[in-house]
Amino acid sequence: MTVEFRALHKSFGATKALDGLDLTARQGELLALLGPSGCGKTTALRMLAGFERPDSGQVLVDGEDISDIPAHRRDAGMVFQSYSLFPHLTAADNVAFGLRMRKVGAAERRARAAELLELVGLPQHADRYPHQMSGGQQQRVALARALALRPKVLLLDEPLSALDAKVRVQLREEIRRLQQELAITTVFVTHDQEEALSTADRVAVMRDGRLEQCASPAELYDSPSTPFVAEFVGTMNRLPGLATGDGSVEVLGQRLPVRGDAATSGTVDVLVRPEAVDAAADEQGSARVTATAFHGAVTRLTVALADGTTVKADIPSHRARGLVAGAAATVTLPERPVLVEARAA
Amino acid sequence: MAGLTNRRGIRWWRGAVALAAGLYFLVPLACSVLFTVDVPGRGFTLGAYTGILSASGFTSSLLLTLELAAATIVLVLGLLVPALLAARLGAPRLRPLLEVVCSLPLVVPSVALVAGYSGVLRWGPQYLSRTPLFETFVAVQNADFPVVLVLAYSVMALPLAYRALDAGMRAVDVRTLMEAARSCGASPVRAVFQAVLPNLRGALMNASFLTLALVLGEYTVGALLGFRPFAVWIVGIGGSQAQLSVAVSVLSLLLTWALLLVFAAASRPRTRTPRRARAKAAPALVPQESAT
Ligand SMILES: Nc1ncnc2c1ncn2[C@@H]1O[C@H](COP(=O)(O)OP(=O)(O)O)[C@@H](O)[C@H]1O
Ligand SMILES: [Mg+2]
Repeated sequence: MTVEFRALHKSFGATKALDGLDLTARQGELLALLGPSGCGKTTALRMLAGFERPDSGQVLVDGEDISDIPAHRRDAGMVFQSYSLFPHLTAADNVAFGLRMRKVGAAERRARAAELLELVGLPQHADRYPHQMSGGQQQRVALARALALRPKVLLLDEPLSALDAKVRVQLREEIRRLQQELAITTVFVTHDQEEALSTADRVAVMRDGRLEQCASPAELYDSPSTPFVAEFVGTMNRLPGLATGDGSVEVLGQRLPVRGDAATSGTVDVLVRPEAVDAAADEQGSARVTATAFHGAVTRLTVALADGTTVKADIPSHRARGLVAGAAATVTLPERPVLVEARAA
Repeated sequence: MAGLTNRRGIRWWRGAVALAAGLYFLVPLACSVLFTVDVPGRGFTLGAYTGILSASGFTSSLLLTLELAAATIVLVLGLLVPALLAARLGAPRLRPLLEVVCSLPLVVPSVALVAGYSGVLRWGPQYLSRTPLFETFVAVQNADFPVVLVLAYSVMALPLAYRALDAGMRAVDVRTLMEAARSCGASPVRAVFQAVLPNLRGALMNASFLTLALVLGEYTVGALLGFRPFAVWIVGIGGSQAQLSVAVSVLSLLLTWALLLVFAAASRPRTRTPRRARAKAAPALVPQESAT
């Protein structure tokens, strides 16, 4: 089943929550909606769930406009950011709630609830009330509840943000496993880029109510189409450069081609990832290593350039031995096109 | 060591305060009981209490009051619950307005309220004598079940019930419960009844109890409009027999407490957890926490 947002607009008073969002989730994929807090991710998801009406634009499911279908008749299971289990019901009754609404018989309800609790790894917690479970367990039950009616699309609104780091990683892997097993189209909202990159088939980066870029995690990381995406996904260095306006830029004494908007000229920021920056010990070098951090195979150097700019560089650890804090060094970039952004005046 | 002494000091103070408060309530109560059972010249006797039960009007006035209370509770909850839910889910900006409206009765003394009521009740029939509304005015003042008292009590109970319900709705995330139920296929009405209201049980019980307590003790409106609910009857009977009137107060206090206990028992969440699961739950919770 495919989901399509088409030119969605939504304002809350003076706040523009969505400002022309265009996005498509393909059949059976896990699409992550990534963006800083307040960029409209939840609003987009709530429109798909039927809790919010667009001011203009359409939400299409399998090509059909669902704007007039009330929330309880849309085939969408949802897991909320806050703990949303019904406090007065046990885990099993929570999972079976939707089945009860659909008038499924008691015996079948019980069987299906047990099956779903098994699926999320909590078969022995059927009789527990929400207040008797940890946050991670509650979100698992919420996931089971969302899947109970075999929805066509699964909506997850930052389901892991209230959990601690270790549980978060475990649960996101499990969500991914379940999603692939059931081959269910899933929209996963998150503001955590690592979470998005590690679980999703494709990641849609949002900014101020609009889509910035939608691509696979690898493509998003390797060739971000805008400076915003580049900075939001992964770590990014900003180096001062001088764009000539003919599609190249001078940076660190090198001349490199510009990717994307070639017409930029004047002083610019050149955006490069730490792993694309090379540093070597050099007595004559004008840069100074200010800090090193060992990460196993690579070592992250923090280097201060002559003009004071700080650069992060990831170097294979075996080459980083001479580069201790205080050592002189030279910093170079590979001969590859780079992304530039005009300096804010 | 210092902490220990400190804590012991706090505990000592707690005891003292509890004792003082206990004495403040219990001594007058004990004296009242003593006064009713120890009649000078006759020794120990329960005559005052048996007298109540046989006094004319006891059962009828108590029943009337309980009926009025039940009707008031139904009316107040029927008005407030939908209004509060609607304000919470649909129009958060209406909440302050609702709060002000529900608090207004606090600043209108019941004497003023009753003056207004009796004015309307007297004025209405004159002007409406030729319309069907005339019958309404008569029916509202039927002494067997004075609807006008229900209306007055409902207004007076609004501030209490509002506070109790609002506190309850603050404690649960009404909007998320509602949306979770909707996404599980529940229509808005079913979502309210099956997902929201069960979690407001305590608040509903509190609101009901406060309303009940108010109706049980209300004197001014009932007396001035010329009806005979329980409180009015107590005052009436007390004027003639001192022992009897105190005995009635003691009895009505006990009655209120009994009702409070009933409500408290009913408002406790029904835990249908099987014993087996509950015994397992406590020790298992800690290691499971990190295992998720
Ligand atoms: N019900 C609402 N009333 C008023 N403003 C809202 C409402 N819902 C969202 N907003 C505003 O819309 C913007 C987008 O919100 P949201 O979609 O929740 O962002 P995100 O989930 O990406 O953090 C925010 O500025 C938020 O304050
Ligand atoms: Mg959000």
